[in-house]
Amino acid sequence: MSLALSIEEVAARVRSRAISPVELVHGCLDRIESRLELNAFITVMADSAVSAAEGAEREIAAGHYRGPLHGIPISVKDLVDVAGTPTTSGSAVAPRLPAEDAPIVVRLRDAGAIIIGKTNLHEFAFGTTSEESAFGPVHHPKDPSRSPGGSSGGAAVALIEGMCFGSVGTDTGGSIRIPSAVCGTVGLKPTYAELPCDGIVPLSTTLDHVGPMARSVADVALMFEAMSGQSQPLRVVGQERKYIFGVPEPYFCDRLHPEVRLALDQTRHALVAAGHEVRRVVIEHAARTADVYLHIVLPEASWYHAPMLSSDPDRYSPGVRLRLEMGRYVLAEDYVRAMHLRNVLRVAVNEALQNCDVLLLPAQPIPAPELGATTVEVDGSREPVRTAMLRLTQLFNITGHPAIALPAGTTDDGWPVGIQLVGQSGTTSQLLQVAATVERYSTGGDGSVGGGTG
Amino acid sequence: MTIEDWLKAACDDAERRGLPELKPLLESLARSLAGLREADRLIDRGHGKS
Repeated sequence: MSLALSIEEVAARVRSRAISPVELVHGCLDRIESRLELNAFITVMADSAVSAAEGAEREIAAGHYRGPLHGIPISVKDLVDVAGTPTTSGSAVAPRLPAEDAPIVVRLRDAGAIIIGKTNLHEFAFGTTSEESAFGPVHHPKDPSRSPGGSSGGAAVALIEGMCFGSVGTDTGGSIRIPSAVCGTVGLKPTYAELPCDGIVPLSTTLDHVGPMARSVADVALMFEAMSGQSQPLRVVGQERKYIFGVPEPYFCDRLHPEVRLALDQTRHALVAAGHEVRRVVIEHAARTADVYLHIVLPEASWYHAPMLSSDPDRYSPGVRLRLEMGRYVLAEDYVRAMHLRNVLRVAVNEALQNCDVLLLPAQPIPAPELGATTVEVDGSREPVRTAMLRLTQLFNITGHPAIALPAGTTDDGWPVGIQLVGQSGTTSQLLQVAATVERYSTGGDGSVGGGTG
Repeated sequence: MTIEDWLKAACDDAERRGLPELKPLLESLARSLAGLREADRLIDRGHGKS
């Protein structure tokens, strides 16, 4: 079976009919069945996936090949509506029962993708470890006592375990990039509002993004193309031009696990050796990020959940409920203060990007944390796990700039480490081109299927 | 409303609603609120320069 292939590779075989979409779907279903203990999926859509694969096979045989996602099994985070399946959001709170696909799913189906199931997540996407879920915690395949990151944890696990070839995730403070970094996959948060969030359960409407996750930059680009409804194929090859990378050292490099710092340094050196320029940049006021983020995400999340918090408070996981309750106490004037400072931070990121093509920084300050841990040691001091995991990603939800996480090697113990690239707003396609270049030089994971199983 | 007044009112309300476990989270949020208001005071509202 060809579950370790990239979408690009497997698509060529599907097109030539060397591989059948039905075979691919059965292969993915077998992988899901063989690792149920990881809790990667909430709903497995076996019957509809096989039926769709049979349809794809007929279309391709008749000469109606739709493109590189035709017949390719894709998973969808269970925060996103898929017609005929409950949208549980990883919660015991009553699910949505959508009659229609979210627009993003419609576009993927139009491109020929086969939806194989709905992946597990941190309840309502309100957490970074994927452990607070009514369907059980998602476990890291390398060691089940560790978290795969979150909130799109099931999506990343499904990718590294060969349960699908691409995943749809969501990202409000880092929920695509965090699990991508922790699991050694690639995850893209596009520019804010570039992809529609209709049909997706909101966490924080002005911070929410939806985006693709896959095992390579090229595969993420293929999914982004389909999710954008673009008619022009987006092929990323890693251009030969020389780029200027800006490393925002203050704040973003202050407190890192030593092997994360080492991975960043190795990537910098590899890029310089390849003729690119890496320079230090400063993002003014970055130290204010967490305060601004908190005073936006909390009240916006509480707004959506207010009716359920009143009618079914005990159905929430205790930690998620308390975070939602906290938002009910944020004063309107402090929300407006945070929104004003958000503009200040947006200007600051734009100014940092004036001196470089993209920002280069770590995606996570730590490797996979222990499930159940509330604090983690980072560079000699302890801090809450949630605070640490959001620290390097949430700014770009505040500002809306596109950001991508990609592998940058592993620790001595084999835990994936990720780096992050950030581009100008509205230049997600160019960011993907740069990422394809960096992917060649980063000492990264190969995204190999089953590579995390030890 | 001062941060002290806000925190007292929030903790009292959480207690009244049977959510005393919110208190340490609200105390943490109060520290973050102090940072937010300090930034708002220090950063020029017109140009974002401190």
